Amino acid sequence: MKTEKVQIIEKILSANDQIASENQQYFDERKILAINIMASPGAGKTSLILRTIEGLSSDFKISVIEGDTAPVTIDSDKIHARGIPVAQINTGGDCHLDALMVRKGMQVLDLDDCDLVIIENVGNLVCPAGFQLGSHKNVVIASIPEGDDKPYKYPNIYRGIQCLVLNKTDLLPYVDFDLEYFKKGIQMLNPGVKIIPLSSKSGDGLDGWLDWLSTEIKNKHVEK
Amino acid sequence: MHEYTITESLLKTASDYASRNAAKRVLCLNLVIGELSGIIDESVQFYWDMISEDSICEHAKLIFEKMPAKFRCLDCQLEFEMDGELNPCPACQSINIKVVTGDEFLLKSIEIEK
Repeated sequence: MKTEKVQIIEKILSANDQIASENQQYFDERKILAINIMASPGAGKTSLILRTIEGLSSDFKISVIEGDTAPVTIDSDKIHARGIPVAQINTGGDCHLDALMVRKGMQVLDLDDCDLVIIENVGNLVCPAGFQLGSHKNVVIASIPEGDDKPYKYPNIYRGIQCLVLNKTDLLPYVDFDLEYFKKGIQMLNPGVKIIPLSSKSGDGLDGWLDWLSTEIKNKHVEK
Repeated sequence: MHEYTITESLLKTASDYASRNAAKRVLCLNLVIGELSGIIDESVQFYWDMISEDSICEHAKLIFEKMPAKFRCLDCQLEFEMDGELNPCPACQSINIKVVTGDEFLLKSIEIEK
């Protein structure tokens, strides 16, 4: 019997990363901005997507890839009802989307002339962090009732993001939420990340989000 | 539960390298897991025992090298480890800090029988 050591040094999710970079190339060739929205269940992912459609669909062509663990179409029905193309991905119990699932969603959508693809990840603050999808911007929606300690308890999800939306600010008067403590955690994990406080319900602060997103879409259009 | 997908990916990578190197079987895998990677080694081990059955990697041992979460203070340059939870720089209290290690999740090497 002969034994041998084989040196490898490979990222274990490199196969997923490879598909993710192909997805991104597909978006790039069509000058589409793709964003990946991550959050805990109930933070307001679908509500913000609906607000985004309301605010931007007259200026930009939007498509949505909707990830859910169970074969339900509650979220995608709401988006479809607004005349927006939507691909429903059922992860079959998996707690996150991966690059291959997103690719399947891309295949059922007609993305010619599309400006913005919104990927709604599965509601979870742990698992989605490790899986690249091919999106240009990763966004986390945190919300006031979740508490101000989430950056300290789920550090990973806040690391690879370019924008943090702090939703449900209309609840600030009723909940003990220390905004400075929350922001300090975010700053330590992801210095300088864009933080946008808003309320999807009242519409307060929504302009900040829509402006940021419109600018990113336009930047993508002029990118070579 | 994302460890299941991760373990599948691990099995595939290790099996590919094993066949490329004409291995009869894989004896062990050396892995590096960072404290911030969000991967639980017991969970990987649990799925590994299940899915490596009847493969070239059956009974292969998983050896985990844990990499601590280490930060560098961008103001005073001190390097410090995360002590259980996220904290500012212990020397100057700055929150202007950067992760140095802890993100890793790598397959470093495998030992094979030829």
